[in-house]
Amino acid sequence: MKHTISVLVENHSGVLSRISGLFSRRGFNIESLAVGPTQNEAISRITIIADGDDYTVEQIEKQLNKLVEVIKVKTFAQGECMARELLLVKVAAAADKRQEIMTICEISNAKVIDITVGTMTLEVCDKYDHLKRFEELIAPYGIIEMVRTGTIAIQKGAEVISPKK
Amino acid sequence: MKITAAQAMAECLTREGIKVVFGYPGAAICPFYDALMDTDIRHVLVRHEANAGHEASGYARMTGKPAVCVVTSGPGAVNLLTAIATAYADSVPLICITGQVNRDQIGSDAFQEADITGAAEPFVKHSYLVSKPEDIPRIFREAFYIAGTGRPGPVLIDVPMDVQRAEIDFEYPETVDIRGYKPNLKGNPMQVKRVYKALKEAEKPLICLGGGVFASGAVNEIRQLARTMNIPVINTMMGISAFPNEDPLYFGMLGMHGVKTANQAVKDCDTLFLVGARVGDRAVRTPVALQKTTKIIHIDIDPAEIGKNMGVDIPLVGDARQVLTQLLAIAEPKKHDAWIAQLNEYRTEKTFSEVPEGTVNPKEFIYKLSKAMPDDTVICADVGQNQIWTCTNYSFADGGRLVTSGGMGTMGYSLPAAIGAKLAQPERTVAALCGDGSLQMSMMELATAVQHDVPVKVVVMTNTRLGMVRELQTNGYNDRQTAVFLDGSPDFVKLAESYGIPAMRVTDDKTADEAIAKLAGDTGLMLVEVIVDKDFPTL
Repeated sequence: MKHTISVLVENHSGVLSRISGLFSRRGFNIESLAVGPTQNEAISRITIIADGDDYTVEQIEKQLNKLVEVIKVKTFAQGECMARELLLVKVAAAADKRQEIMTICEISNAKVIDITVGTMTLEVCDKYDHLKRFEELIAPYGIIEMVRTGTIAIQKGAEVISPKK
Repeated sequence: MKITAAQAMAECLTREGIKVVFGYPGAAICPFYDALMDTDIRHVLVRHEANAGHEASGYARMTGKPAVCVVTSGPGAVNLLTAIATAYADSVPLICITGQVNRDQIGSDAFQEADITGAAEPFVKHSYLVSKPEDIPRIFREAFYIAGTGRPGPVLIDVPMDVQRAEIDFEYPETVDIRGYKPNLKGNPMQVKRVYKALKEAEKPLICLGGGVFASGAVNEIRQLARTMNIPVINTMMGISAFPNEDPLYFGMLGMHGVKTANQAVKDCDTLFLVGARVGDRAVRTPVALQKTTKIIHIDIDPAEIGKNMGVDIPLVGDARQVLTQLLAIAEPKKHDAWIAQLNEYRTEKTFSEVPEGTVNPKEFIYKLSKAMPDDTVICADVGQNQIWTCTNYSFADGGRLVTSGGMGTMGYSLPAAIGAKLAQPERTVAALCGDGSLQMSMMELATAVQHDVPVKVVVMTNTRLGMVRELQTNGYNDRQTAVFLDGSPDFVKLAESYGIPAMRVTDDKTADEAIAKLAGDTGLMLVEVIVDKDFPTL
């Protein structure tokens, strides 16, 4: 089962390698990992999508908490967070296909961000499943290059993950 | 007043009360060595960097406080890795200082450059690559705090040479505040009550002690609790010597290489109280089966150890000493006469098998040795058959102490650990018990012991084999023996004598008695070689 784990860490060099190293040496499977700054420049936030049963997730949380530079770990319960990731895709698009592709973009909430004689570059920001569907729709035209960020997630409602206890 | 960062490093060690550092110099750590000369800190020159870590480890285990080892960059740092991993596996507090190439050379594959913070990451509690000279006082203060509190462990500080040379204003921080590191020492009072209730209601309770009992200094508390509530006690290898071995409540070491009384006690008990033990695979082979039939109570300071290897009925995060003190405050006397009588049925008289002419039964030798040595002797057991012979046959008296590489099983640990232990507590007798395989992994430290006048006793049990592997091949590989023959080994008596160390060889009962008398009575450095039959079994 997939779990979304948010981790607040000290914004030090080397923190990311400590965390990714922990996952590989303890045999935890990461599906995606995204890291970026927060409103507090001393703190970074990492969102990890990990696969495993409840035992594994408990172990991940405990092992992450042992790292001195980890300030807070939270695994979101099902439906507790809103998650997004960004996809950029360069697709083969001869003149006669442009309109079809633009229609798919419109329905899928995607944007055309670049265009050449033979290609279009598309951007879509949404949930993992939505991006997967969009990819399936675009694939028949010929995906030349594709790049995705990992998932980032934030809690629904007024609750926040704060560095304070 | 401005001082160099190297001077600041030395000053930090002085402020932390460090009296001895174990190390090996090189270009990238020279500024620090120069600064160290102007302090009262004694430097012990090892003969291989791994042994700097092992000696610091032996020292730290005696004092319960972080001990310091220092090596140069590149190969020096990489050689230290085995000792760092060994200390990490056994939760020993170390401060490992490594030199590093200049900051502007980092990443350029400069001479003697190694990414040691990267390489050591899986085996450290925390590490620092110092990029700003002015951070030295804070980093050292934090490093000592992290290494020595919570679940202890090694902390690495990698200091580029130009950082060491830079000048800074020195001010040692009085307090430490790391928001991501707040060890939880006191047990949750509700859980403490639950633990007590379970112990009180148990008909066949059993206490199992691990290394955490030493790490937290809970030896007296656990004895009090066991005696108040009359609960039988066993231990893991790391917990050996926490409970006097001749005590009527003591039933030995459990596990793959453990004794029958302890393993039977684990099978028969209805409530197992684990104190600072992590249920390693050598201690409990079938944790799933055990947890089905037995109520498991687990105290550990590291929340990640609870439930990791075995399911738990009552988890309790906290420092063993504090939790036991909380329990003692509410514990009332109880009797378990029938249960103890049941366990006593499993006890058998210690007997020793006959061995071929010209050899000695190592178990008998170790047992007799334990009866002759002063009660407070520190025994450093190495790794291999010798470790198991020692762990199951040395009878630790009240005040005795075993030091061994339990988690990592690092060969060659005993001699350097003994040197460290002896330097920490010179008034105690300290002996390294090793095999001819393990001694050859660290025998260069005999020079360290001579040079720095550290009178440890070295007992090498020579069976001309890597005995434990040989036995594994005999039992598991149709006795196809390979790569276990130690032909080419030196004459250990002559070797010792070449270092100026008095030595003797034991080949029969008479020489055994002579050697034991000397080991127990003489105060100087000495080596005893005990000849053991090549086929002598581990158990």
